[in-house]
Amino acid sequence: MLRYVISRLLYTIPTLLGVAVLVFFMLRVVPGDVVEVKLRGDGGTVTQEMVDNERKRLGLDKPLMVQFGEWMVGVVTLNFGNSMWTERPVMEEIRLRLELSLQVAIMATIIAVFIAIPLGTMAALFRDTWIDYATRIITIGGLSIPSFWFGMLIMLSLLAFFNWLPPITFTPIYVDPVANLTQLIWPALAVGYRYCAVVARMIRSSLLEVLNEDYIRTARAKGVYEKLVISRHALRNALLPAITVIGLEFTFLIGGLVVTEQVFNLNGIGQLFVQSVSRNDFTMIQGMVMLIAAFYVFVNLAVDLLYAVFDPRIRYT
Amino acid sequence: MTIALETPTVIRKPRGPVIEFCRQQPLGAVSFVIICVMMFAGVFSGLVAPYDPLAIDFAAILSPPSWEHWCGTDAYGRDICSRLIYGSRTALVIGFTSSFIGSSLGAILGIASAYFGGRIDNVIQRIMDILLAFPLIVLALVVVAALRKFVLGGVDVNLIFAIAIPIVPRVARVVRAAALGVRVMPYVDAARAAGYSDSRIIFRHMAPNVVAPYLIMLTAFIAQAILAEASLSFLGLGVTEPTAAWGLMLSGNAADFYREAPWMILFPGAMISLAVFAFNLFGDSLRDFLDPRFKV
Repeated sequence: MLRYVISRLLYTIPTLLGVAVLVFFMLRVVPGDVVEVKLRGDGGTVTQEMVDNERKRLGLDKPLMVQFGEWMVGVVTLNFGNSMWTERPVMEEIRLRLELSLQVAIMATIIAVFIAIPLGTMAALFRDTWIDYATRIITIGGLSIPSFWFGMLIMLSLLAFFNWLPPITFTPIYVDPVANLTQLIWPALAVGYRYCAVVARMIRSSLLEVLNEDYIRTARAKGVYEKLVISRHALRNALLPAITVIGLEFTFLIGGLVVTEQVFNLNGIGQLFVQSVSRNDFTMIQGMVMLIAAFYVFVNLAVDLLYAVFDPRIRYT
Repeated sequence: MTIALETPTVIRKPRGPVIEFCRQQPLGAVSFVIICVMMFAGVFSGLVAPYDPLAIDFAAILSPPSWEHWCGTDAYGRDICSRLIYGSRTALVIGFTSSFIGSSLGAILGIASAYFGGRIDNVIQRIMDILLAFPLIVLALVVVAALRKFVLGGVDVNLIFAIAIPIVPRVARVVRAAALGVRVMPYVDAARAAGYSDSRIIFRHMAPNVVAPYLIMLTAFIAQAILAEASLSFLGLGVTEPTAAWGLMLSGNAADFYREAPWMILFPGAMISLAVFAFNLFGDSLRDFLDPRFKV
């Protein structure tokens, strides 16, 4: 088990290295950098000298390989350098916003999974009845409605029905849970809808597959209550593929958050990412990309390990 | 590309594939009609749209839906209905081209990976793994940051590539799996024995036999591409003003008018959802029709 985990962790090194090379050089293929955005924003006349000085200050004038080397040395020691825009450490900027985004992501996951499991199960058990069709409409809606527009619709309905909008300033949950939840439940719902749809569809199809298995017939034949057949025999096996989807989609929540945080004006990871992209803030983009990739790799590992917990047939050696 | 045009032999049934498709997949037929209507609106925007999408009319700022302006007007008095119609052109052009480029590139890489095997397969798969470590929209944002703004003939080329690149690994993985099955077919061995070149075997012998997954992925990713374009434009990093694009119509000052002008939010979002819905449903139906065992 431990050997398996270690070898898996070693395998992630080339992937993460590839990500680092890819993002670093991709950002620098086309001319143009943060200095232009910065100085253009200030207005007034910009001399070439000013541009050169600023580049020199940020280390953008050095040869590419030197820049890359310096950055990599930092990455290995978990120092991602300073943001080229705010000039504060990248890790610091991320840490400030991680709490909010992570909370929204976890809340979205909880909402999604708790709705998706009964929804997908009902759809499979009552296949081709109105329950199944209604579920299909709900889930296809979840796949089609952009989460940011769904967020806007939530805001619109809050305004229309309660004449109220969620607070904009973030309060940590341990300071004031009510203020915290009234702010963050809405974005969690907005990104959770799609999540829920994906998981419910997966549960429906895998449950349908499992219900055809011989051991389900055996269980029914030996007189097990139908409830137990579903919960112990069918669902336990059907949930396995769903775990993969839940894990994968959890890492992809960051994609939904990138856009949805903008709608709710949340100062989270997603908004930071969008700002960094529009400012050409290379170090910030690089740092965030590395973190997202690392996160993805580790969630994948966690999913594989969870498999072994839920399915005793799987042993990692 | 010729592979998109060839019909796989599976669907050659006496009644003709289109009629057979509509009979077996009524929902797919409905979505196909929606897609056709959108394509018509996109191609003949000038004829269909009641107003010029860029015409500013200060007398009609923020007017609610009425007989003159079916979907109301925005903060500049521009007709939202006309902007939606022109927006379908933007969405379809970027959606089609980026999905086509991404899926085709992915399919070629997937087939090559399966055909050559060994070290080439390994290298391609590792690179795809790297690209797969990101949500589609995040990778698209990185490419946007890398390519900067690049508009050619009124089309945002940087945006097309930004959306196409994340599609490549996703298609490559699925097509590779299908191509591995084709790889062991006797006709591939026969072609190799006959001394055909690798590229000829890949394009003429293997590609036609993975057309079904290719087409399914292509349609499914048009939906994703439209969604991605809308998201990027919404973030202000895609199509820029004053071009009519659905995502762009939701961004910026649209949110300032929640109270005064909800129609500015309702209609463009509904169009995005409808387009994505139609292509998703069409892709699903196409999958059930072409290859019921196939799973994405």
